[in-house]
Amino acid sequence: MSIPSETLSNAYRLMKTIREFEERVNAEIMNGQIPGFTHLYTGQEANAVGVCAHLDASDTIISTHRGHGHCIAKGADVSGMMKELFGSSEGLCKGKGGSMHVADIDKGILGANGIVAGGPPISVGSALAAKIRKNGKVAVSFSGDGSVNQGTCFEAMNMAVVLEVPAVFVIENNYYSEHTNISYAVGCDDLKARTEAFGFPVFVADGADFFAVYEAAGKAIDHARAGHGPAGVFAEQGRYHGHFVGDPQHYRGEGELDDLRENHDCLKNFRARMAETNELDAATLDAIDADVMAEIEQAVVDAKAAARPTAAQVTEDVYINYGAGA
Amino acid sequence: MSQKTMRDAINEALHQAMEQDESVFVIGEDVAGCNGSAGDVGAVGGVFGVTTGIYHRWPDRCIDTPISESAIVGAAAGAALVGMRPVAEIMFADFIGVCMDQIVNQMAKFRYMFGGKSRCPAVIRFSAGGGFSAAGQHSQAMYQVMTSFPGLKVVVPSNAYDAKGLLLTAIADDDPVLFFEPKILYQETCEVPDDPYTIPFGEANFVREGDDVTVVAFGQMVPKAAAAIDELAEEGISCDLIDPRTTSPLDEGAILESVAATGRLVVVDEAPPRCGLTADIAALAADKAFASLKGPIKQVCAPHSPTPFSPELEAAYLPDGNKIKAAIKATMG
Repeated sequence: MSIPSETLSNAYRLMKTIREFEERVNAEIMNGQIPGFTHLYTGQEANAVGVCAHLDASDTIISTHRGHGHCIAKGADVSGMMKELFGSSEGLCKGKGGSMHVADIDKGILGANGIVAGGPPISVGSALAAKIRKNGKVAVSFSGDGSVNQGTCFEAMNMAVVLEVPAVFVIENNYYSEHTNISYAVGCDDLKARTEAFGFPVFVADGADFFAVYEAAGKAIDHARAGHGPAGVFAEQGRYHGHFVGDPQHYRGEGELDDLRENHDCLKNFRARMAETNELDAATLDAIDADVMAEIEQAVVDAKAAARPTAAQVTEDVYINYGAGA
Repeated sequence: MSQKTMRDAINEALHQAMEQDESVFVIGEDVAGCNGSAGDVGAVGGVFGVTTGIYHRWPDRCIDTPISESAIVGAAAGAALVGMRPVAEIMFADFIGVCMDQIVNQMAKFRYMFGGKSRCPAVIRFSAGGGFSAAGQHSQAMYQVMTSFPGLKVVVPSNAYDAKGLLLTAIADDDPVLFFEPKILYQETCEVPDDPYTIPFGEANFVREGDDVTVVAFGQMVPKAAAAIDELAEEGISCDLIDPRTTSPLDEGAILESVAATGRLVVVDEAPPRCGLTADIAALAADKAFASLKGPIKQVCAPHSPTPFSPELEAAYLPDGNKIKAAIKATMG
């Protein structure tokens, strides 16, 4: 599979942007600068980027509580996201939503989502719109291994098949639904088979390998876009942080995190592949790293300086209009 | 007797209920924690640590589930129908959105629909309410919504002492009980007896006693209202502060008796105003104590808006001492 070098450099830039965004957010939470509940995507970057590389702005994604990476991969304004996490009125959601509700509708980002498996049914609706409009668009829902045990997920998968809509269910298995391992929470041994039993194909990838995710997601998205109905992608890759920032992670085995960071790192894997194939040279990747570091630093500087919301804004945006004379 | 946090008081009540009755069990997401992992199974005890230690004593009666709120509530309801006393945990009250059918169409109505021939002694515990910058899907009170469903008993403790006694009552009760724990209060402490004790449902607590104004407050608004009332006492204004503790059943008598004496009423809750508890209590007084009223009834609550994320917005959103004091003064003209 040959991938254009521009696609490769964009993919690397986005994965690096997600990594630096998340690591900086973690640091700013520790500094007391970012309030609320925050769930970091570090380690899983290749999933979001490998999928979104096949999407354009009018395809949609819907995300999860662990949503920063999906939003960045789909093209969300990084500075606007950082401002949102800091609670600024200049944030992407005017400080109303924060980490769990980052959205950028114009970019086809139907929002991070604080409810496990809240997204898949909504994504079916977006896919249904694409089918009715016959516009060739696809709707991707990202959800985790925890989401596959919610009734809403089952209902969405079945209805996508029934309605033959271009919905792509990306299930990111990071092995833990919050603090519980998938080996406990999913009752069957073969989740791929269980999912395919709904009546659509599922393509499996190593979530630490951008190229594997890119290939699997390409098959699933091509299937949906061609009008063959829904498809699934399973990407397996652990998260480097806890369920939320501050999680003591009692569920980790000895050496588990070290192994993840050492041996299952999408950025290292990407660079190793480039060193083999010479598709992008090290200097190019180093330059991207430097650009990204500067962009994230600037985003934090801007977020700290950005306007704070005022009390009068609490009741704005509840409706487009409401009541007499609105 | 010793100082305990509300978290520890609830935890103690759960332990004592488990000790007393083998039909009591705990079920929910990560109530043990780490199941299936290479780590320390049982180390989590719920995302707020309320069920800490239960798995280690009763591994067979501390049941982790997948993330499946409908199945959690349904399983609790079904086990209760056949004689168990489950205490299910739904991590955030907002997730009622996921499992609403099992609560309001199933467990709430079994007894009535079955002609009084069934019992469903299930307790569902929720963390509830704002104050964490947790935004629109992790900050809602929800108890005001659930209070409107006949068949459910609804408990909202405002301190560690009440939380322990009310939870023991809830577990022993033969009807389904929804138990809403204001999560901002988990770390708050007060004197809590070590031995088990119960607090009856439908019996309000007079947190302050005074002559000028009746203040009724719920959950995390009770300590805020108490502080506001103490400040007004220095200005010579004295208030009854009533914490109903259970919104269903509601101690109407205590509220009406107080309003009859003071002639003035302020109702405080953190939820938005429409079809909520402040309107409910205001209507109660307008209906049954109208002749006693000397001034307008005032409601202090959140605006008709979802809970915002940004700390400045949430501070403006939630009722605070200044709003409560202003409302008390407004009833006095």
